[in-house]
Amino acid sequence: MMSSDFAVVLPELILSLYAMLALLVVVYAGKDGLTAALTWATAGLMVALALWIGLGETGIRVAFGGMFTDDAFARFAKVTILVSAAAVLVISQDFMVRRGLARFEYPILIALSVVGMMVMVSAGDLMALYMGLELQSLALYVVASLQRDNAKSTEAGLKYFVLGALSSGLLLYGASLVYGYAGTTLFSGILTTVSAAVPLGLLFGLVFMLSGLAFKVSAAPFHMWTPDVYEGAPTPVTAFFATAPKVAAMALIARLVQDAFGGVVGQWSQVLAALSVASMFLGAIAAIGQRDIKRLMAYSSIAHMGFALMGLASGTAEGVQAMLIYMVIYVTMNVGTFAFILSMEKDGKPVTDIMGLNQFSKREPLKALAMLVLLFSLAGVPPMLGFFGKFYVLKAAVDADMAWLALAGAVASVIGAFYYLRIVFYMYFGSEGEVTTSRMAPVQWLALVAVSAAMLLGIVNFFGIEPAAIAAAQSLVG
Amino acid sequence: MVGLEHYLIVAAALFVIGIFGIFLNRKNVIVILMSIELMLLAVNINFVAFSSMSGDLVGQVFTMFVLTVAAAEAAIGLAILVVFFRTRGTIEVEDANVMKG
Repeated sequence: MMSSDFAVVLPELILSLYAMLALLVVVYAGKDGLTAALTWATAGLMVALALWIGLGETGIRVAFGGMFTDDAFARFAKVTILVSAAAVLVISQDFMVRRGLARFEYPILIALSVVGMMVMVSAGDLMALYMGLELQSLALYVVASLQRDNAKSTEAGLKYFVLGALSSGLLLYGASLVYGYAGTTLFSGILTTVSAAVPLGLLFGLVFMLSGLAFKVSAAPFHMWTPDVYEGAPTPVTAFFATAPKVAAMALIARLVQDAFGGVVGQWSQVLAALSVASMFLGAIAAIGQRDIKRLMAYSSIAHMGFALMGLASGTAEGVQAMLIYMVIYVTMNVGTFAFILSMEKDGKPVTDIMGLNQFSKREPLKALAMLVLLFSLAGVPPMLGFFGKFYVLKAAVDADMAWLALAGAVASVIGAFYYLRIVFYMYFGSEGEVTTSRMAPVQWLALVAVSAAMLLGIVNFFGIEPAAIAAAQSLVG
Repeated sequence: MVGLEHYLIVAAALFVIGIFGIFLNRKNVIVILMSIELMLLAVNINFVAFSSMSGDLVGQVFTMFVLTVAAAEAAIGLAILVVFFRTRGTIEVEDANVMKG
């Protein structure tokens, strides 16, 4: 009994044991001298675990009396999380060394937060949900203030901590109400309760939990920490914030609403639709005035989360599938874009002002072209992959009789296209002025070019993620 | 007779005081950490009240987890506060304004 339970959580166990062991080894052996090796080892282990999870089990396995579920949905999310976290670690390595940030704590904290995310997406119980979320968040609070001699980074860490703790409090208060009115913390038990009747207290609990989780995915109106934290945190940390934690939190929302409240779609789909509309419009409009590319990416991620929530708001298997495909495309685009942002510098110092990109295409035609593809894809211009991500969620919303939501999404994506295209305009037609250069390590260059090529080539068959996403959505909703 | 609703009202009041403590407080960050602690403890009252009323121990187990996580959270919060103080020389809320927003 016990040993079969541990077999289910083996990937999480391996990664957490690795993190603790690595901590012991580097503290005894060489401290920061081992950072480069540790970064590559962590990334390698994550990719290996992703391959193992992706190619291994196929059925549904439940461990610890239903607290932990390993199904196709969890595996899909885990592979995305592990691969994107590994990619971000690898593209950040060069930046960390050059900016004097190569601390051995960074890969270890990332590994621990990834363990938290893996628990989140497999949660089958409010306790597992809370513990996974906190393991993730506590590690992220620390990495946000990683550059501890820098006023911006420490302020980002403080703001993230205060608002993150507030959101955990909201989530927990919701969890206590759900527990009280359902009499159990197991998702399956809550599902049985709501299929009979839905007490008002349970709905209050659900709304509190959704607000807490909306903080974590930075959906409007709970987005206010995002621009400051993205701007203040060191760029590699920003890149990480924009990728894996978003996938994990979005998958967690999907699991909560489908596994625990799947019987009462009407009760939560309006809440998610409202969050979705607010995020899409806020992300599109507030980004227009931004000149700092990291703040701009913050608003961009708010808007993208709005689209992903649209998939969930439709409440169908098709919607979950659209959300999963959207998140994979979003994460891939962000890895490529941040590989470029990490390389932006002026006189050897990192810069993030988009005005410095004026006439960038004259200096670096290939990188400018790759960025053009990525920005078009972020904006959702066909035939890039980003368009198909948006198309799937809009279609899911229309099929679920939420045409107004799809219409709002289309309008918001047109408004949002402005600020992506403005960067393209600066790169190709801007006036001569201050000059930003781009110094890339080979890995960053590879990430940028490979991702932008994938945005064009992926339209053939999405690299086969669609059947996997369908299977994942079926295992969650079906 | 003290019933479930009395515990829930106390917990809700403490929770709301905690939220207001975070948003209305303009003085210093330590007060925010105390407010966060207050919110988590309010949740614990909820859990224990529900648990004892329904005779189900899971709520009290959850409380143990919450207490543990709250301790870890306070430790990390104070650590971040220390590095913030070192770079800025102050812990006033209004001084956390290098970035707009």
